[in-house]
Amino acid sequence: MPVVSMTVNGKPVSGEIEARTLLVQFLRENLRLTGTHVGCDTSQCGACVVHLDGIAVKSCTTLALQCEGAHVTTIEGLADPDGPLHPMQEAFREHHALQCGFCTPGMIMAALDIVRRRGHDLDERTIRDELDGNICRCTGYHNIVKAIAAGAKAMAKGGPVRQAAE
Amino acid sequence: MSATGIGAAVRRKEDIRFVTGRGQYTDDIARPGETRAVFVRSPHARARIRQVDVSAAKNMPGVVDVLTGRQLAADKIGNLICGWMIHSKDGSPMKMAPHPALAAETVNFVGDPVAVVIAETVAQARDAAERVKVDYEVLPAVVDPAKARSGPQIHAVAPGNTIYEWALGDSKAVDAAFAAARHVTRLDIINNRLIPNAIEPRAALAEYDAGTDRLTLWNTSQNPHVARLVISAFVGLAPEHKLRVIAPDVGGGFGSKIFIYPEEVVCLWAARKLRRPVKWTAERSESFLADAHGRDHVTHAELALDAHGKILALRVKTIANLGAYMSTFSSSVPTYLYATLMSGQYDIPHIYCEVDAVYTNTVPVDAYRGAGRPEATFVVERLVEVAAREMGIDPAELRERNFIKSFPHQTPVIMTYDAGDYHASLKKAMELADVKGFNKRKRESARRGKLRGLGYSTYIEACGIAPSRAVGSLGCGVGLWESAEVRVNPTGTVEVLTGTHAHGQGHETTFAQLVSERLGIPIENVSVVHGDTDKVQFGMGTYGSRSAAVGMSALVKAIDKVIDKAKKVAAHMLEASEGDIEFKDGKFTVAGTDKSAAWGEVALNAYIAHKFAGQDLEPGLKETAFYDPTNFTFPAGCHICEVEVDAETGKTEIVNWTAVDDFGTVVNPMIVEGQVHGGIAQGVGQALLEGAVYDNNGQLVTGSLMDYTMPRAYDLPSFKVGLTETKSPSNPLGIKGCGEAGAIAAPAAVINAITDAIGSEDVSMPATAATVWAALQRVQPARRAAA
Repeated sequence: MPVVSMTVNGKPVSGEIEARTLLVQFLRENLRLTGTHVGCDTSQCGACVVHLDGIAVKSCTTLALQCEGAHVTTIEGLADPDGPLHPMQEAFREHHALQCGFCTPGMIMAALDIVRRRGHDLDERTIRDELDGNICRCTGYHNIVKAIAAGAKAMAKGGPVRQAAE
Repeated sequence: MSATGIGAAVRRKEDIRFVTGRGQYTDDIARPGETRAVFVRSPHARARIRQVDVSAAKNMPGVVDVLTGRQLAADKIGNLICGWMIHSKDGSPMKMAPHPALAAETVNFVGDPVAVVIAETVAQARDAAERVKVDYEVLPAVVDPAKARSGPQIHAVAPGNTIYEWALGDSKAVDAAFAAARHVTRLDIINNRLIPNAIEPRAALAEYDAGTDRLTLWNTSQNPHVARLVISAFVGLAPEHKLRVIAPDVGGGFGSKIFIYPEEVVCLWAARKLRRPVKWTAERSESFLADAHGRDHVTHAELALDAHGKILALRVKTIANLGAYMSTFSSSVPTYLYATLMSGQYDIPHIYCEVDAVYTNTVPVDAYRGAGRPEATFVVERLVEVAAREMGIDPAELRERNFIKSFPHQTPVIMTYDAGDYHASLKKAMELADVKGFNKRKRESARRGKLRGLGYSTYIEACGIAPSRAVGSLGCGVGLWESAEVRVNPTGTVEVLTGTHAHGQGHETTFAQLVSERLGIPIENVSVVHGDTDKVQFGMGTYGSRSAAVGMSALVKAIDKVIDKAKKVAAHMLEASEGDIEFKDGKFTVAGTDKSAAWGEVALNAYIAHKFAGQDLEPGLKETAFYDPTNFTFPAGCHICEVEVDAETGKTEIVNWTAVDDFGTVVNPMIVEGQVHGGIAQGVGQALLEGAVYDNNGQLVTGSLMDYTMPRAYDLPSFKVGLTETKSPSNPLGIKGCGEAGAIAAPAAVINAITDAIGSEDVSMPATAATVWAALQRVQPARRAAA
């Protein structure tokens, strides 16, 4: 079986995997990083979004072998385990942008990608359109939209926030 | 109100783990030596199984075993059951067909499991599942509930595919009222079949410990205790004390995770047989075929009114599609959770509702957010709106004329409404929605070529399910009380054990708020434990907006008992009589003195027991309570939807949404608003986007998230949410429940708005652009002809 090596949340990792192994399987099963979720099998729900070399991807439709040598950031890598939350994580909590929590890691990773591409001053229409690839069944999106706008602003104010993906 | 007590918008305790990816959902749990299960499912809607050949599959790499329905039957594993007995009009019991966890003789819907492959990895199991050869003799199927009676008979026990022919109300009185009516409004309604789609797919992980002869099941369940009871008492896999069911973090349920499904039964059976842990996690497309669907009614409804718009009577005839087998609570949904709400918020003297439940070769149908009450609300609120339009009365005015105004109010369909103020919620909603400014906005829309419409839904629901005696008399096989246990540790911190569960509702926060307020201790010092049958003795789980109304009422009782006991301990410590001990803000004081003991000191003294003799007072500080409600609760409110329809394309945009709800006491307004938002989104989904479609052969056409339209962020507006409050007199906190209201209210509000906009009542759900465009084409020639 082939061996794949990459950097996940700043740490070098490698594993012997079947060629068909998806990135999300590698993260969840080999590395036991279970914060990245699988909610569908058609790339629709976005529960599996991670950052690959700084860009949001759906890890359920990315082969692990495609990520050879890449830098991957998952929800577990956004904040120091003993430090404060990332401003976007904090905004989701503050604005009650999650209920069951299952879509939340993907939502937060997608939100950071919206900020990367569209900046810190996000209006409601932009956020709603940009969330095309993420489904939440609990919140009706109302509070997610508010949280992303607030989180984006907080990231601008908060000075040097750790980059979503190094 | 304390900063963390009842009524405070406390930020959720559970969020830290969820926003950092540290939640523990069933699929996140891995057990040493774990195997993976993949099910072989029927590709046919109805077929006889001639033979299942597993030999090629068994030889595939990594395969541990392949098990079939015949082996399950040989091992005498019992059938799945429906736990609510409904009797037909003629007194005969419902026709419950056998439902084995793996089909052995016949398959009855696309997705019916026939075999399971257990392998070292999920990929190996999937590969081997492709090699299981099932020889089917394909049989004709019936899919459309309206044609079920004349279709091929699916189960030997149910001639005409009829499960029951049930009725509620006085048909003669209704007929007499219709004969005397000045106006009758008639509607044919299809309440579209929905697929729940909690974002966490269902999963089960089973492990057998040969040393203790115990089975453990980790399961995506809304009610692990009832799952254990059914799997023990009916399926017969293991006695209750030899089966532990754990529902860890659960990623949404909406009803679909209440039920006891084949997959968890098979995983438990296989784990004991193979002496290896067995895990199954649904793929999404599998969920479409394996999770109970919701709604699916065909209804004809008639409303009789006098010349002033006073409602005289309501007559409803519904065919309810329960799918291929009777799921756990399916029988109750179109009967006692449906017809009993037909009075809506209105004083209707006579109601008669007939419901025929039928089998079809489709996925079983059971409770989905609102369960029966969205269907009832849609019938009543569409009828009232259409009646108002037909009679030339303002829809809000017609509602006002018929509102129930004094309580308690006995409806003709069992329920006794205990408290409410329907005028207050309608008035507040009309203000928030600026109904007065609607005509101006409509003209402005018209200038842009858009048709603007406004629709009301003044809904009611029965929640806090439910008084055990009441549901028992109606056929329910379980009591619907709730339990709570309060364990005070020697240092004064508290664990609350509840028989409810949470799959997004935030009970770890709200239950702790109650404890924090009543015991005067920091909310950080309270933990909530739920979802584990080894920790919590028994409970009825979370559905029907019951957890706060019933579960927190049990908690109130347990807290009161703890305080009573703690006062006895404090009396010994402070050398006073028990009657003189006062407890306030976490401090025990001897009345009229400055002698006091803090909460933590009393908790410690309860355990060290140095100040009292065990004969007088038992050491320890832990109390349990079971609470059985005295009545249902009746949340109600008014939702107003405003839409713009593009006259050229038929596309509907929701431009304003106003919700004013009366949930009684609100424990955490932030969480309550979130529940309202989510409920509306699901209701809007039903009204505009979602609908399960089967072809005539029983193939599910909408079988993935590529084909079944889930609401996305751009489909919805931000919502204006307000509250009114009349406390429920039926529980100690005055809570009514909030979890389902949005999904119940929303569909009628949307369709009332669209039909107002386009000037035609001929719009079915989901009101997609194509549906509305077609309705516009039908209405416009008529308009042109009239002009």
